[in-house]
Amino acid sequence: MTVKTTNIMIVGVGGQGSLLASKLLGRLLVDEGYDVKVSEVHGMSQRGGSVVTYVRFGDKVTSPIIDEGEADFIVSFEKLEGARYASYLAKDGKIIVNTQQIDPMPVITGVATYPTDILEKLAAKGASIDSFDALAIAEKAGSSRAVNIALMGRLAKYLTIPYEKWLNAIKNTVAPKFVALNETAFSLGYNA
Amino acid sequence: MKKLMIGNEALARGLFEGGCRFISSYPGTPSTEITEFAAKNDAITCEWAPNEKVACEAAFGAALAGVRSACAMKHVGLNVAADPLFTLSYTGVNAGMVICVADDPAMHSSQNEQDSRHYAIAAKVPMLEPADSAEALAFAKRAYQLSEDYDTVVLFRTCTRIAHSQSIVEEGEPLPIPEKPYEKNIAKYVMMPGNAKKRHPFVEERTAKLTALAETTDFNREELVEGATVGVICSGTAYQYVKEVAGDKVSILKLGLVNPLPVERIKNFAKDLSRVIVCEELDPVIETHCNNIGVTVEGKSLFSMIGEFSQNTVAKALGLPVKEGFALDETIPVRPPVMCAGCPHRGMYYTLSKNKITVIGDIGCYTLGAVAPLSAVDSTLCMGASVSGIHGFNKATDNKNAKKTVAVIGDSTFMHSGITGLVNIAYNASNSTVIILDNSITGMTGHQQNPTTGYNIKGDPAAKIDLETLCHAVGIERVRVVDPYDLAACDKVLKEELQYEGPSVIISRRPCVLLKSVKTKPALVIDPDKCRTCKMYMKLGCPAISIKNGKAKIDATLCVGCGVCEQLCHFDAIGENK
Repeated sequence: MTVKTTNIMIVGVGGQGSLLASKLLGRLLVDEGYDVKVSEVHGMSQRGGSVVTYVRFGDKVTSPIIDEGEADFIVSFEKLEGARYASYLAKDGKIIVNTQQIDPMPVITGVATYPTDILEKLAAKGASIDSFDALAIAEKAGSSRAVNIALMGRLAKYLTIPYEKWLNAIKNTVAPKFVALNETAFSLGYNA
Repeated sequence: MKKLMIGNEALARGLFEGGCRFISSYPGTPSTEITEFAAKNDAITCEWAPNEKVACEAAFGAALAGVRSACAMKHVGLNVAADPLFTLSYTGVNAGMVICVADDPAMHSSQNEQDSRHYAIAAKVPMLEPADSAEALAFAKRAYQLSEDYDTVVLFRTCTRIAHSQSIVEEGEPLPIPEKPYEKNIAKYVMMPGNAKKRHPFVEERTAKLTALAETTDFNREELVEGATVGVICSGTAYQYVKEVAGDKVSILKLGLVNPLPVERIKNFAKDLSRVIVCEELDPVIETHCNNIGVTVEGKSLFSMIGEFSQNTVAKALGLPVKEGFALDETIPVRPPVMCAGCPHRGMYYTLSKNKITVIGDIGCYTLGAVAPLSAVDSTLCMGASVSGIHGFNKATDNKNAKKTVAVIGDSTFMHSGITGLVNIAYNASNSTVIILDNSITGMTGHQQNPTTGYNIKGDPAAKIDLETLCHAVGIERVRVVDPYDLAACDKVLKEELQYEGPSVIISRRPCVLLKSVKTKPALVIDPDKCRTCKMYMKLGCPAISIKNGKAKIDATLCVGCGVCEQLCHFDAIGENK
């Protein structure tokens, strides 16, 4: 039996640590024996801009990117970014959202407003949403920078990969002195 | 062992396995990591050169000496290295040489969307293009044999979705490297007219031989589907999209050697098909070739010349169904890239913006000074064009606007191609003020060392160019240094240098705030009782401050305590958290 390709998008604001999250996920999926492709963009767009990483795994993955309507999961590091990529979410997909709000520059300068109740509006369209305050969890774990791992903890709930394998991948991905902190963030995200 | 690698890492591994022992490059997204990964391998001598022309010529020197070499650059970098490239085509090589060039369709981090394949055609050299990381490794490993067999430099093209996409790769064993001792050969390597006239026929013969190779090589392959009446000719990422949406429906001619292109092989592929489609990002290079050899194809009538493709792009063009996601009725505000909180460029840009200065800009993180609310930059063309451009701007108008005009350029960009412009300002005498935004690193591409930082690619101490001495040496008498976190000092020095009748340089010096060596301060806070919501801070365009519940608030996760906003606040509302 062939394993259908699973599509995960990680979206957020440049600087939030999505590259580390995709590194962790990619490494884990390879260890699990899947064919994997991860595509991300470096350079200017990382400077506080909207960033997106595509992670695909299955028996055989061809395209390195995920297109509209194809994402089984969107892991959004920020509320507005989740809404921005809603057109990529498959009809039966799930969007995991950190409820943190980071104002983009047009909002800061007052030429645009941050939309209100955006997740409720997305839910009203029939999207399956799992939202929680990953920043609070990261801070509870010891560092606001652990938002990425808290969100990976949440994603882990929906995938079939054993919990211990995730912890192992964290050990192999983050610097030794941050392992304990990230394990806590992962566990809090998983159980949130 | 199976490993997940970005195309750039796989390419670097392939170069190593193929015998590469010298790499000289200039950073440029999306090519940078080729050289960074190669530099982790002690078997290869790796360097950051000041620019792509120097890098390419250094690699040529290595190949001449008998060492398999490479250089890597982004697409616009090849413009800079085009001069050596075109004559390298004539000289050929001793040991093999590869020029890696990374295109950026959709311009994720570039100023244009040029298609590097035109260089391969114009310079008459072979070009390889992989479709994933495994092919990047395999093709790079074979590139040196190709280079030496046909006595030519080899262009190796990638694009963002190859360079920065990770896929599974298996490392192999390095190939044995044949000895190629240097031998003097004036007729081959001294390209003066008499010799070059004899080398040009060689170049044309080589193209004929390479075309013959293209007819049979396994760099190109047919993936035929029984009974298919539609065929697609493609390469690189476009192949992946075609394979994903129609791999079981259409026959594919997948090209890995994208210059020169085969003739009989394309005719043969097309002959039993009712419809042949060329799917290629950017320009219609394969399509034009097909038209030239009399094979009827559809290409840019179905696909755009602009931006990247995707599986849906291909599905729509082939008339296949596409999936739909969720559509919100809401307008989602854009989130453009911005200068980081604490970026040392901000203070200088604020000063320029406040004084309504015309700014001839350059290429780097600091191009973001053009983004609202700073909106400080008036032009950005290419690497070094600020320093050269301001001279023409001032000289042609008899310095009429010189007291309201500056050029801004980063330290690495200044090393790349700003110095010659500064020589021109001194030599041809314009009243130009050049600001070197010295953040002590090559920032945009992700912190590469350069000749001003005092370290080499391995992080070892290296000769450090002293910018003040350099500016003096090319004939600029007035060189001032200012800390961009100090707004009063920026304003004073800027006004003084603009008033000065003659060329001058201001070095705005403070290391990039993202450098690990930079110790940042705790986040500042705004006293809500003192804040009158005057929005003065808004002029800075700092991502760390915004209005929450009617009052300005600093995001403690972003603020690094640079104190620039504190200097702007008239009500003493911003300060340390006590």
